Amino acid sequence: MAMTLITTNTSSDDATSDFTSSIDNTYKLYIFKFYDVNPATDTADFTFNGSDDASSHSYDIIKTTTYFTFYHNEDDSNYNLAYQAARDLAQSTAFQLLTDSQGSGGDESSAGELFLFNPSNTTYVKHFYARDNAYYSGDISRQNYIAGYFNTTAAITALQFKMSTGNMDAVIKMYGVG
Amino acid sequence: MVEQSGTALLLEQICNHHEDKIMPLGAFKAALMGTAGVSAGASVVLLSSQTATSESTVSFTSGITSAYGEYIFKFYNIGPETDEAEFTFNGSIDSGSNYNVTKTSSFFQANHKEDDANTEFTYETGEDHAEATEFQTLARNLGSAADESGAGELHLFNPASTTYTKHFYSRVVDYGGGVPRNWDNYAAGYFNTTSAIDAVQFKMSAGDFDGTIKMWGVK
Repeated sequence: MAMTLITTNTSSDDATSDFTSSIDNTYKLYIFKFYDVNPATDTADFTFNGSDDASSHSYDIIKTTTYFTFYHNEDDSNYNLAYQAARDLAQSTAFQLLTDSQGSGGDESSAGELFLFNPSNTTYVKHFYARDNAYYSGDISRQNYIAGYFNTTAAITALQFKMSTGNMDAVIKMYGVG
Repeated sequence: MVEQSGTALLLEQICNHHEDKIMPLGAFKAALMGTAGVSAGASVVLLSSQTATSESTVSFTSGITSAYGEYIFKFYNIGPETDEAEFTFNGSIDSGSNYNVTKTSSFFQANHKEDDANTEFTYETGEDHAEATEFQTLARNLGSAADESGAGELHLFNPASTTYTKHFYSRVVDYGGGVPRNWDNYAAGYFNTTSAIDAVQFKMSAGDFDGTIKMWGVK
């Protein structure tokens, strides 16, 4: 399995990180790896969405998703695993959370991976899943599992990452596999 | 203790890249030198491979630098000499002199016994850490019989950062000792330090072990 680095976006106090080219039928799997994701606003969520238009790139694809979390506080005061009903989507065009309530401290960030399968397909819905670990506001280590599908038969041609509010620093890399 | 060989890893990397074909010179230079803007054809590079035979530890003390934003450790044939020992790891900020980096982590697992008597899916409070320097469990209760082992992978993100804490996560499956069962283990957390992580060590919670561990860099 060969994995080819296609694009690296390094954000420094930016509102969005956009991948608007090279998502096509060249690869059946695209992997987005992100690290050093640090929001300017405390408790902001790191999110993403897709686009199915070639030029204007509105990020508003309908999707249905699941989201569950395992966490542990630095002071050992709490831990849990839980399905996060407020962070999934049901036929919604909203941005999908990859992390939630991240800390904005100088050393606080998140890191993980998002897999997007066969985005150029025009027959089936487009599946994705992600795993990450985040420094949650309030000094908590939080591992997140997200999965779902873009409920469209149109090709996904672009992806956008952003915080739910405010700007961010981040390194996001897009790889093609296959 | 097993240490890696820089020359051996480079040769293995080259051989793994090309097998029976010759690499174009430009791509070879890119792979070797990391030439900016030149695709090496492969964005995941094997940096080191270590095979332990009745060793107490496996340490990666070189190659963990700013050259890669992510390191992936893949391991298989992890067989402990002590039944029901845990497979663990830790980081170092002093090139392997000490493996004691403070970390906060979470851990959950699913398991299923061979006799179908029981299944579990639980958070494991005994395997997580809250600002602790102890080794992080990657897999629980490995069996020590000849055909029992564990396999999986560990991702470590941007260990050379001197700004952020360093995130990691893993998934490891293993053949459990005691009552035979399949374990599916998930650990994740962060090294709560802004110092660069420059070495990683793997070991069992008790006794020696056999196993192969490979370290990959992701461009």
